Amino acid sequence: MPEPSSFLTPLGSVVVLAPAALVLLLGVTSLFDRKLSERWTAWATYLATCLALLAAAGVFVLMLVTGTRHVVVSFGDWVHFGGSASHFHFSVKFVFDRLSVPFVALSLVLCGTIGAFADRYLHREEGYNRFFVLYSLFTFGMVVTSLAGTIETLFAGWELVGLSSALLVAYYHERPAPVKNGLRVWVVYRISDAALLLAAVVMHHLAGEGDFDRVLGERPWPDGSVAMAWLQILLVGGLLLIAAAGKSALVPFSGWLPRAMEGPTPSSAVFYGALSVHLGAYLLLRVSPMLDASVVLSAAVVVLGLSTAALAALCGRAQTDVKSVLSYASLTQVGLIVAEIGLGLRYVALVHLLGHACLRTLQFLRAPSVLRDRRSIENALGGRPEQPPQLPVSGAWRAWLYRFALERGYLDAILDRFLVRPFVLTFRWFDALERRATDALAGQSAPAPVPDQSKPEEVEQAA
Amino acid sequence: MNWNELPWTELTIALPLVGAGFAATARDWEGAWKRSLGFVLLTLACSVMPLLAFEADGGQGRWDPFASMGLGAPLFAVDGLSAPLLPLVALLHALTVLATPRTKGTRTSFVVLMAGEAIQLATFACAEPLPLMALLALGMVPPAFELAVRRRGVRVYALHAGLFVALMATAIVGQVTGAGWTVVVLMLAVLVRSGTVPAHLWVGDLFEKAFGTAMLFMAPLCGTYAAVRLLVPAAPDWVLQGIGLASLVTALYSAGMAAVQRDARRLLSYLFLSHASLVLVGMELHTAMSLTGALCLWASVVLSLGGMGLTLRAMEARFGRLTLRDYHGLYGQSPALAVCFAMTGLASVGFPGTLGFVAAELLVDGAVMAAPLIGVALILTAAVNGIAILRAYLLLFTGVKREFSVPLQITWRERFAVLTLAGLILGGGLIPQPGVRDRHAAAVTLQKARAEALGREEPRQTVLLGGDEVKAEE
Repeated sequence: MPEPSSFLTPLGSVVVLAPAALVLLLGVTSLFDRKLSERWTAWATYLATCLALLAAAGVFVLMLVTGTRHVVVSFGDWVHFGGSASHFHFSVKFVFDRLSVPFVALSLVLCGTIGAFADRYLHREEGYNRFFVLYSLFTFGMVVTSLAGTIETLFAGWELVGLSSALLVAYYHERPAPVKNGLRVWVVYRISDAALLLAAVVMHHLAGEGDFDRVLGERPWPDGSVAMAWLQILLVGGLLLIAAAGKSALVPFSGWLPRAMEGPTPSSAVFYGALSVHLGAYLLLRVSPMLDASVVLSAAVVVLGLSTAALAALCGRAQTDVKSVLSYASLTQVGLIVAEIGLGLRYVALVHLLGHACLRTLQFLRAPSVLRDRRSIENALGGRPEQPPQLPVSGAWRAWLYRFALERGYLDAILDRFLVRPFVLTFRWFDALERRATDALAGQSAPAPVPDQSKPEEVEQAA
Repeated sequence: MNWNELPWTELTIALPLVGAGFAATARDWEGAWKRSLGFVLLTLACSVMPLLAFEADGGQGRWDPFASMGLGAPLFAVDGLSAPLLPLVALLHALTVLATPRTKGTRTSFVVLMAGEAIQLATFACAEPLPLMALLALGMVPPAFELAVRRRGVRVYALHAGLFVALMATAIVGQVTGAGWTVVVLMLAVLVRSGTVPAHLWVGDLFEKAFGTAMLFMAPLCGTYAAVRLLVPAAPDWVLQGIGLASLVTALYSAGMAAVQRDARRLLSYLFLSHASLVLVGMELHTAMSLTGALCLWASVVLSLGGMGLTLRAMEARFGRLTLRDYHGLYGQSPALAVCFAMTGLASVGFPGTLGFVAAELLVDGAVMAAPLIGVALILTAAVNGIAILRAYLLLFTGVKREFSVPLQITWRERFAVLTLAGLILGGGLIPQPGVRDRHAAAVTLQKARAEALGREEPRQTVLLGGDEVKAEE
C-alpha cells in the first residue's frame, strides 16, 4: 500500500498542469484558427478547473492526514548554468502550505463558477473564444502565483494575470472607452511588474536565492525568519509593497479599479472583485516574515491599507453605477485586509480575504440584476429600505467631499498631470526636434503628415 | 568526405548571391519571387549545417572544414557566437520573401534583399578584423541602393552610412599600421552603426522610406556583432564603458520615444533601437550572466521584432501606411495577425513563456550585479517598451468597428511565417535550457578571450555607473 504522502507530488502537479493544458488547448486551436465550439470550450474549461480543484482538495486532505504543513512540488531547474563558484538557476517550484492551498482553492472555485456563468453570459458573443483564451491564461496565472515557491515563478504568474486582465478590460474592443481603460490598467500593471522584477533580482543577489524557503526561512507559513540586514529588508520589502500597491489598486494606484469595470461582468467579478485585486495582499502575506522583521515596513503597509480603505469608502458613496460602487466597496475591504497584514494579523487577513472574495464575486454576478433584486426587496419590505447614514458634514465641506469622491480622490488627475503629461510632452518635443533635424539633413522642408490610408477623407485631402 | 567537411558556410553565403542574379533576370514579379523563394529556402537549409557541424565538432573553438588543409587563417569560420546567428538571419529573410505580398516589393527589391542577405551572412561568418570591417562597410550599400531606386530620398541615410564607411576605412588603415587610436575610431563606428543617440536619425528615416529593407537591415544587429568581434576582445575597459553608457541612454530614450509615436513604422524603428541597445549594454557589462543574457536577447530580438515587422508589413499591404493617432479596429479583419503582433511584441519585452523571458531575467540579473542603477534602467526600459507595444496593438486592432467589403484574412504564406515565428518564440520560451547553455558557453569563451588578450589571469567585469568591481565568474 503506497504511503499517502507519495500522492502529494502527483496531485500537486495536476493542480498546475490542468490549467496549463487548458491554456495550451485553447491557445493552440485559436492560433491555428481551429477554434473549439462553445460546447467543447465550456467542457474543457469545466474539466480542467474541476480536475485542478479536486487535486488541490486531495493535497489538502493528504496534508491533514499526514500532518504536513509544507509540501514542495518541484519541476526542477528550468534553466541552469555555471560553475560551482557562481551560477544561475531558475527553478520551477510550487509550495502547498496554509497560505497557498486556501488561495488556490478559492481561485479555482471562483474561476470555475465564473467560467460556468460566462458560458451562458457570453453565449453567441463574437468574442466568446477570445474571452475563454484570456480567461484560461488568467486562471493559469493565478494558480502559478498562488503556488509559486520562488519569486521568479511568482513573477511569471503575476505577468500572466496582468496581461489577461488588461486585455479583458478591453474586451469590448469595438468601443474606445474600454480600450483606453485597458491601456491604463496595463500601464499601472507594468509599473507593478517592474517593481516586482526588481525586488526579485535584488532578493536574488542579496540572499543568493529566489526560493521563498531559503529567503523567508524553512519554517512553514506564517512562521519564518529573514536572514537579511534591516536596510536590505526595507529595500526589497519596499519594492514588493509598490508591486502589491499596483496590483491591488492601493493608493496612489486606485484609479484603475473602477476603470476595469468596462470589461464583461464575469471578468469584473472574478478578476477585479475577487482574485486579481487580492493578489497584492497575497504577495504581502507570502512575504510576511519580512514585515515582521521591519517595523517601518509594517507601518507603511498599515498606512497604505488604511488610507486606501478611507479613500475607497468615501469614493464609493458618490458613484453612480453599481459596478463602480462595488469596485470601491471591494477596494475598501482590500485596504482593510492590507492593514490587517501590516498589523501582523495573518490568519485574520487570510480569512477576511477568502470571505470577501466569495461575497464580492456573488455581488458582481448579481450586478446586472441589481434593479430587479432591489424591487424584490422593496416588495418584500413593503417600501423602500432605510437610507444609509450620511456623513455628519455640512455646507462647503460636503460639496468639496462630494467633488473629491466623484473625482475619485483626484489620483488619476495627479498622476496624469505630474507623471504622464510631462513624459508625453517631453518625448513629443524630442520627436518634433528629430523630425526637424532629419528634414534639415535631408535638405527639405517639413513634409505633410502621412495620410492614414484607412481613412479615405484624409487620403483625398492629402491628394 | 564526411558531411561536416563540406564548405557549408561558403555555400550559405554564395547561394543568395547567385539567387540575386537569377532574380534580376526574371521577367516579372512572380518569376522573381519564385526564384528568390527557392534560393532563400536553400540558403536557410544550408545555414543550419555549419551549426550542426560545429556541434558535431565538439562545440568548441571554430569550425572550419579547410582547417586541415594548411590554407592559413580562414576567411569564414563559425564559432559558438556566430553558428546560431546564420540560420536566424537566413530564416528571417526566408520568411520575409515568403510572406511578401504583390503590393510590396519589386524585382529590384528581391535582388537587393538577397544581396543584403549574402553580405550579412558573410559578416556573421567572418571573424577576422580586416575582412569584417570591409564587409560591415559593404553592408551599408544595399539599403542606399534601394532608396535610390525608389527615389525616396537617400541623403539622411547616405550621410550616416558615409560616416560609418569613412570610420571603417580609417579603422582599417589604423589596424594595418597598428595605430593606438584605431579602437576609438572603431568605437565611434559601432555607435553610428548601432544607431546610438544622437547618431540614430537615419534609422527612423530608413524605416519610414523603405520599411522591409530597414527591418532586414536592422534585425540581425550587425552593429552589435561589430562590437563583439572588434571591441570586446581587446578594447580597454573605458571603451566598453563608453559604449555601455551610450547604449543605456539610447535604450531608455528609444523606449520613451516608442511610447509616444504616432507612426507605426517609426514605432518599430525605436523598438529596434531600444532592444539593440539593451543587447549592447549586456555585452559591454561583460559578466558571464549579462553576456549570456545579451546573447539570448539577441536571438529573441531577431525573431520577435523581425516577426513584428513582418506582421506590420502584412497589415500595410492590406490597409496602407498605418498611423498611431486614432483607432483602426483591424482585429475583426485579421485576428491572426493581431495575435501575432501582440505575441511578437510581448516576446521582445520578455513576457513569460516566450524566448525573451529568460534573456531579460539574465540580463537584469547581470546588470544589477554590475551596478543597481543599470538594473533599474533596464527594467524601466522593458516596462516602457511593453507599454508602447500594447498601446500600438490597441490603436491598430481595436477601438472602432470597421467593415470591409472584401475579405482581408491572412494568407497561407503569411500564416506559415507567423506560425513558424510563434513556434520558435514559444518553443524557445518553454524549453530554454539548450539555447541558454550554448549561449553561456559562447559568453564564457568571449570572456576568456578578452582576459587572455588583456593579459589578465581572470575575466573582469566592466564597471559602469559607479558599480563595484568584483571578480567575474568562471
